[in-house]
Amino acid sequence: MNYNWNWHIFFEPNPTGAGTYLDMLMSGLLLTIKTALLAWVIALIFGTIVGILRSLPSKTASWIGFGYVEFFRNMPLLVQLFLWFFVLPELLPRSAGLWLKQLPNAPFWTAAIGVGLFMSARVAVQLAAGIASLPRGQKNAATALGLTTAQGYRYILLPMAFRIIMPPLTSEFLNTVKNTSVAITIGLIELTGQARAMQEFSFQVFEAFTAATAMYLAINIVVVTGMRFLERSLAIPGYITGK
Amino acid sequence: MIDISHVNKWYGPTFQVLKDCTTNVAKGEVVVVCGPSGSGKSTLIKCVNALEPFQEGQIILDGIKVNDPKTDLPKLRARVGMVFQHFELFPHLRIIENLCLAQEKVLGRSHDEAMAKGDKLLDRVGLKAHATKYPAELSGGQQQRVAIARALAMDPIAMLFDEPTSALDPEMISEVLDVMVDLAHEGMTMMVVTHEMGFASKVANRVIFMDKGEIVEDALKTDFFGSPRSERAQKFLSKILSH
Amino acid sequence: MFDTLDFDVIRRSLPYLFLDGMSFTLMLTGLSALGGLIFGTLIALMRLSSYRLLGRIAGLYVDFMRSLPLVLVIFWFYFLVPYIGQWLTGASRPIRVGAFTSSLVTFIMFEAAYFSEIMRAGIQSISRGQPAAASALGLTYAQSMRYIVLPQAFRNMLPVLLTQTIVLFQDTSLVYVLSIPDFLGAASKVAQRDGRLVEMYLFAAAVYFAISCFASWGVRRLQARIAIVR
Repeated sequence: MNYNWNWHIFFEPNPTGAGTYLDMLMSGLLLTIKTALLAWVIALIFGTIVGILRSLPSKTASWIGFGYVEFFRNMPLLVQLFLWFFVLPELLPRSAGLWLKQLPNAPFWTAAIGVGLFMSARVAVQLAAGIASLPRGQKNAATALGLTTAQGYRYILLPMAFRIIMPPLTSEFLNTVKNTSVAITIGLIELTGQARAMQEFSFQVFEAFTAATAMYLAINIVVVTGMRFLERSLAIPGYITGK
Repeated sequence: MIDISHVNKWYGPTFQVLKDCTTNVAKGEVVVVCGPSGSGKSTLIKCVNALEPFQEGQIILDGIKVNDPKTDLPKLRARVGMVFQHFELFPHLRIIENLCLAQEKVLGRSHDEAMAKGDKLLDRVGLKAHATKYPAELSGGQQQRVAIARALAMDPIAMLFDEPTSALDPEMISEVLDVMVDLAHEGMTMMVVTHEMGFASKVANRVIFMDKGEIVEDALKTDFFGSPRSERAQKFLSKILSH
Repeated sequence: MFDTLDFDVIRRSLPYLFLDGMSFTLMLTGLSALGGLIFGTLIALMRLSSYRLLGRIAGLYVDFMRSLPLVLVIFWFYFLVPYIGQWLTGASRPIRVGAFTSSLVTFIMFEAAYFSEIMRAGIQSISRGQPAAASALGLTYAQSMRYIVLPQAFRNMLPVLLTQTIVLFQDTSLVYVLSIPDFLGAASKVAQRDGRLVEMYLFAAAVYFAISCFASWGVRRLQARIAIVR
């Protein structure tokens, strides 16, 4: 392979004049993490609401939940980001659209909200499945004690369902991290974006991508380890999940 | 105390689970409901606290109409205790927390008050030592005793038992029945779906025999065991008592 | 706001959008699904094989691919494939590879990781008695896999495989980052050329939505039918 490897490139100054190429990648990593965390909070909030809707006996509620999930699941994330970023400001009243377009960090907010809503549909599906997997009698027992539907969810169904779906939620969180890279298309220079920029400036393609790859792997390891720890600390003595 | 009159219930358009059921349970009375599986006895008892809706007839509980849309169901349910076949303790809550939750959230008792009440009741069912354990760490019989204590913690005016011993291993049945017998002797109003004819002959005032959604026989205990009028009840009794 | 919109731009560009763009997208989706399924099945067999090392390698590959964002993988292969081509053909310099080939290699390699997990679950879902019965009849390992285990695994997992293919169909839109005119790329090109972003992106969204909805409805029906047969 006639490719000139140069692993020292990371410690050479980058063309922006602010630090080395490694600094560039690190700032990308930081932005990836920030975007993913905000997106995850949004995904959890909306996913929980929609997941509950899907599990309610009311036909209307479950139809709303179904429609929401289908809406966000049947369009590519990239297209959704384009809708939020390019289309939404044009469809709003003039002043609101202008305000949106001039928002500082618009790519960041669009990415966080866009990825967050996209992922919320998947969180909703997981949560609804988790609730459905609980024995029917649990809901009856809560009801028989006089708990309202809201209290039943708050104190009985949700704490159990979230414990059960912890493993799939871990992968959904990792998907959130990975999906933030799609925002490169609306100008968010996160980790993949910085690696691409480094490749364009330095021509050291494979070093740049290797570093980004290593950083994504590191995120994965940290998250998986952290979630395993969390799972263990939330485990109920004597109760085998997945039963 | 519990007045059931002309209750009809259908699943779907054609399948009738309850056919014109009429009976009542007076204050301090213990009524055992028995019958082959699928006879509607569990459905009937679940109609009493509106866990199951029904289409025709009415049930009046301590002067309050259960199937009145204006009735505050959570409040009504909190006044009737219910014990389920599969215990339905909340697996993520400690034993004492299982007893306190509804006291605090439904009755608005203070935490200390609820704890004191919970402690007293656990002591009464002989499980004080297990207060800080989780349900899955207890045997089936112990769990069912906790479930009874949980219902009693709400100071119910009546108790409903839905096959409380049929999910238990044989050696654990008596520990649960003993608690129920004590309860009956204290004058608790009880409606009990069970096949335990020993329990019925010991403490029941009346026995109701159901088959195919109908109340076939509603008789004083002595009459029922002495000479059941209907052929169906005779067959059922001979089957159940022969082993 | 709508009075300034010009939806005629969609009609004018329909041939380009579908004959060029959508056919690229569908071709890429179909071939990637096929290639991903074949490689994925091989990887699944490796993971389940009794040779520890083989299983370990396959597992590492799957975990590795699943840890990376697709966008990064697309970039990786875009730059790597010319070198792989050089190595394979023994040429003196990295060979030029077309956009389609490059993305096809990317998606096959990437999707293989996901398809292999599905096939692995499918193979594991088949009762141990089946391969045992096959070998009792004198079938070799390869024969028992080929005629007994894999057909059942494939059948059981068909809805999941198809759902993954719908995800793949949506994911192919990411070749946008290489400025390749797939369906979204074509829509985007027209959008930029005519300054009609709103119209074109709304239309692209609607088309993806319609196709995905229709496909997932089909999968749900299939699932219901399979459920009845069992």
